[in-house]
Amino acid sequence: MAVNISEYFRSAPAPAATPEKITEVTLTADQVEQLGRELDELRQRIVADLGQSDRDYIYGIIGAQRKLEFAGRAMMFAPFIPPVWLAGVASLGLAKILDNMEIGHNVMHGQYDWMREDTYNSREFDWDNVVPGEQWKHSHNYLHHTFTNIVGEDRDVGYGILRMDRDQKWNPYFLGNLGYATALMLLFEWGVMLHDLEAENVIAGKRKWSDIKGLLRGMWRKASRQVAKDYVIWPALTGPFFVSTLVGNAGANLIRNLWAFSIIFCGHFPTGAQTFAAEDCQNETRGEWYLRQMLGSANIDGTPLFHIMSGNLSHQIEHHLFPDVPANRYPEMAVEVRELCHKYGLPYNTGSLRGQLGSTWKKIAKLSLPNWMTRDDNDLVVNIERSGSATEAA
Amino acid sequence: MASRLKSLVTSLVEATATPYPVDRYLEFVSPMLTWREHRAQITHVTRRTDRTVTVHLQPTRGWEGHIAGQYIEVSVIIDGVRNRRYFSPAGAEKDRGQIELTVTAHDGGFVSTHLRENAAVGDVLTISAAAGEFTLPAIRPASVVLVSGGSGITPVISMLRTLVAEHYDGPIDFVHYARTEADLAYRVELEAIARTVPNVRLHLHYTRTDADGRFTDAHLAALTGAGDAEIFLCGPSSLMSAVRDYADRAGLTGRLHSEAFTVDTAPVLDPNEPVTGTVAFTASGTEAPNDGRTLLEQAENAGLNPEFGCRMGICFSCTKVRTSGCTRNILTGELDSEPDQHIQICVNAPVGDVEIEV
Repeated sequence: MAVNISEYFRSAPAPAATPEKITEVTLTADQVEQLGRELDELRQRIVADLGQSDRDYIYGIIGAQRKLEFAGRAMMFAPFIPPVWLAGVASLGLAKILDNMEIGHNVMHGQYDWMREDTYNSREFDWDNVVPGEQWKHSHNYLHHTFTNIVGEDRDVGYGILRMDRDQKWNPYFLGNLGYATALMLLFEWGVMLHDLEAENVIAGKRKWSDIKGLLRGMWRKASRQVAKDYVIWPALTGPFFVSTLVGNAGANLIRNLWAFSIIFCGHFPTGAQTFAAEDCQNETRGEWYLRQMLGSANIDGTPLFHIMSGNLSHQIEHHLFPDVPANRYPEMAVEVRELCHKYGLPYNTGSLRGQLGSTWKKIAKLSLPNWMTRDDNDLVVNIERSGSATEAA
Repeated sequence: MASRLKSLVTSLVEATATPYPVDRYLEFVSPMLTWREHRAQITHVTRRTDRTVTVHLQPTRGWEGHIAGQYIEVSVIIDGVRNRRYFSPAGAEKDRGQIELTVTAHDGGFVSTHLRENAAVGDVLTISAAAGEFTLPAIRPASVVLVSGGSGITPVISMLRTLVAEHYDGPIDFVHYARTEADLAYRVELEAIARTVPNVRLHLHYTRTDADGRFTDAHLAALTGAGDAEIFLCGPSSLMSAVRDYADRAGLTGRLHSEAFTVDTAPVLDPNEPVTGTVAFTASGTEAPNDGRTLLEQAENAGLNPEFGCRMGICFSCTKVRTSGCTRNILTGELDSEPDQHIQICVNAPVGDVEIEV
């Protein structure tokens, strides 16, 4: 456990595994609340400034998505020229990436609700993906964003099938960690769809048929329409090229799966991203919640185009601090968040895609083995003093 | 057969676009190309008075026209935000090819002022199908009295034009209240109709320049034939209640048809004042005195069980429609009193009376 909440302030300094390499940060309760106020102020300043340019931004992205999708589907009509067919697959794959990430994920977070627009709001929106938007909003917006990185509560820590944290108990099943992760990467949209079922809890008997019946019905409805669109209707429209279009559409979905998995796994799993214990997070103050979001998230460096293609999840830290602020504002907010981290001596976890992804896969590999066989790479200790009433609760 | 083929093609086209409405694709081709939605492009703009703008619009093909007296929802985007308002088309009914709207910029009227200042030929507005029960009966009454005040003229001038266009021969009394002669956008046309159509009589009252400009009983009592006419009334609340009063006393209530044309937005109260008002949870028919806490907490306190998630304003699980009233966002302190808006009930507290669909 690398985050010592209140323990440090009650007793002796935290125990450390390899003292000579550990970075230690200590924050008092007052500092945590001050940090919270500064982040609130940043948020209010940006929200007050939202307007036409933000609308133009998201409509620009949607317009690009529509053109890429149209071009992709149109090029499937000419599979006899292989480069055209390949370009079509790539174009449709890019369209699906934009749709799911910069448009879908962000719109469903309510980032553009202030536009009071039809379709593009958190209540109505659904994406080009087999996951029913309604269900995803529950597991993602509520569970993941509220209980971020709390082992046992945030089901995004391992998705119920992987071992992604040393605090998850090891058993021989996890020897297959790398294989499961690879399968999840290839079938990502289907994995995310099934996520809400909490299959491991169904198997363990903790969830009953009645709990999942409604979910299954929603999944069937959404997935059957998606499958009909990509694997029946569009292939049929291309007539004699049914099979090549079907394969092309599957390829586009695969491209999106690989990319979305890679970006999303870089959000909370690279070395340095912290996890938390449930009892440490009870009765959290706003400042403490902010701090948990910052310490549990990791950014990816890149060009403006890369940020757009990642749905600005490359600004995972800013996204977790301000999940309902339009993502096109994260780059400017990142500058200030980084300064705040510096001011309070907090780490700001960022790195190249290659570095973050490498560290994530390394973690997946290491955690397939029991803890005694591997070394803890976490070289950070953060000591946080909980505020008055909360300390007693904890 | 043809209709079955058409519905098959319709569902096939919609299946290629799922999960999006087809209009979410077509709007990038042209704003006037629509599948199910209706839009309208401004073809003509005149500003006949200091406070009004009259626009003529060409609707998309699917728009099915209006019945005289009905209204349409018009939405415009101002600084990135879609704002929706209701306006009554002023043209004669059965005119599907053109919509005429006259918008009066009210004091503090955000959308009306925007349109008065910015409406330009070529602009495209999103519109709805016509709706509303304030209409001329399909079997025309023997005589008609049309009473309006200010911008309430639009539904009744639609009725007048409709009747004139179909050569209705019963007596029509057109009673209108405007601030001054210069505030009446339709004065020239009304006078021309009164001159050329023998059964139309015009009674114009100017509330700021005439001695008895405001409504008095005599204005209606003096009309011959008012006794058995159907009366259609639209205007500001002061005029509406004065005419209703008169109708009650004169035994005309059964023949009075009216529509309030102004949406009364909730007054913005000072959030630092003592907590007041009543919270109405409309979906469950429950009411409770406002105790100043968030709507979610007050709903739970009233024994209701609305859906919620994070309880801190980030997950949008608890979003509900605030039908009317003013609420304060407890995170930002921001006040909002726009009717029919979706709000997160976990971080919004009522300021005064609020109606929420919980």
